[in-house]
Amino acid sequence: MSEEILMDIKKDYVLSKLRDGERIDGRRLDEIRPIEIETNLISKAEGSALVRLGDTQVIVGVKMQPGEPFPDVPDRGVIITNAELVPLASPTFEAGPPDETSIELARVVDRGIRESEAVDLTKLCIEEGEKVWMIFIDIHALDDDGNLIDASALAAISALLNTTVPAERFGLGDDFPLPVRNLPVAITSLIVGERYLIDPTRDEMSVGNRIITITSDKDNNIVAMQKSGSYLLSEQKFYELIDVSVEKAKEVRELLKEI
Amino acid sequence: MNEMDEDLEIKKEYIQLIVDGKRLDGRGFEELRPIKIEAGVLKRADGSCYLEMGRNKVVAAVYGPREVHPRHMQEPSKAVVRYRYNMAPFSVEERKRPGPDRRSVEISKVSREAYEPVIMKELFPRSGIDIFVEVLQADAGTRTACLNAATVALVDAGIPMRGLITSVAVAKVDGVLVLDPMKEEDNHGEADVPFAFVIRNGRIESIALVQMDGKMTVEEMKKATEMAKKGAMEIYALQREAIMKKYAAVEIEEE
Repeated sequence: MSEEILMDIKKDYVLSKLRDGERIDGRRLDEIRPIEIETNLISKAEGSALVRLGDTQVIVGVKMQPGEPFPDVPDRGVIITNAELVPLASPTFEAGPPDETSIELARVVDRGIRESEAVDLTKLCIEEGEKVWMIFIDIHALDDDGNLIDASALAAISALLNTTVPAERFGLGDDFPLPVRNLPVAITSLIVGERYLIDPTRDEMSVGNRIITITSDKDNNIVAMQKSGSYLLSEQKFYELIDVSVEKAKEVRELLKEI
Repeated sequence: MNEMDEDLEIKKEYIQLIVDGKRLDGRGFEELRPIKIEAGVLKRADGSCYLEMGRNKVVAAVYGPREVHPRHMQEPSKAVVRYRYNMAPFSVEERKRPGPDRRSVEISKVSREAYEPVIMKELFPRSGIDIFVEVLQADAGTRTACLNAATVALVDAGIPMRGLITSVAVAKVDGVLVLDPMKEEDNHGEADVPFAFVIRNGRIESIALVQMDGKMTVEEMKKATEMAKKGAMEIYALQREAIMKKYAAVEIEEE
């Protein structure tokens, strides 16, 4: 109960600040929280990354193993993305099978990577129709202070960037770096009345779960979108959000280039 | 590895989808597939609708407002809206394992979220409104077909709404935008953008659902939205017609 009352108080605070065009943490409306990316911290994984987006923390591990290709694309590697919102990351997360939020999170991250063709899957064929490399991208939330989607997407591409294909371990020749050729970046905005807040925090989300995620690639194409939450979006705002998200993604992409 | 049997929207080898400026099924770029809508097709449901959109065949049922089970889901000040999208095992080429997979969980979530702000939930505290949609035959755009059917079923059930939801997708194939893609265009195309709009007083008021996968420029995305809006208005007219037809028949019987 106290949690609910607190949320109501926070909501009033967020809204009153916003009436003056301000955010509770002093950021500009389109300002992303400070980002830190740490890679290669799990030596058991083929690739890994921890992303801190403000106080939100997500770790992504990439594991690879040979497996069967899909019959319709016999010469391509396979990507499988999964997200676990473990109870350690938030008082509102519960243990158990993935709920719709974690399924949506995994699928939105997956679409960005898949549709931007970030990984050159044609280079991951071992034996056409028989054996290809499978990439398991596992998203593990550690601390949910809002906008897990963008943090997860960033951690996923960061982890892929430092993934080594473990060919030696499976007796398939020398290890080689995973061929990554695109840098998708997801930008999520919270819609509050006539305004929108980029990269919302947990406290800001108290005004209502009304978000849209727009993922763009290194050529500024849109590669994935997801409107999420019970609300209606005006066409005008939709167009604005597309433009802003593509611009913001450029800033974040600069960080990826340093990995 | 439950992902394996899911439709993973993988792009297959290249197939020419636009031949001599026409689509494979002879449609123009901004032309919808033939649509057939019938309201009130199920006896037990409070509202229902059968809809065909090209080769898609879907049926929607609405139950409620009714008591919510389990009880703890009840909300003291408004109705709970639930939406279940489900595909019949025989609806696709390769048998689909029955029950919800990750794809249908996601579709159910975003579809429910499209209706929640439109349904006047505040009129029915502590009750539940259940929307069930079943895909009997799938040929791309099932989520849009289901949304269109659900709207008619909701009206048939007499659920008060602030507007009507109408849904259609736009795809990019062979470098051009096309309305309401069919299976071949969806599988081999470059991008797919399903939309749902709220139509009030005969005009499009806002976007209730938008998703996207593939690759599109910002300009193309804006053009796709315009194209979808036009298509939605055509579907809206057919939804209205289906509702009117049912109630016209009812009146005659009573006279």
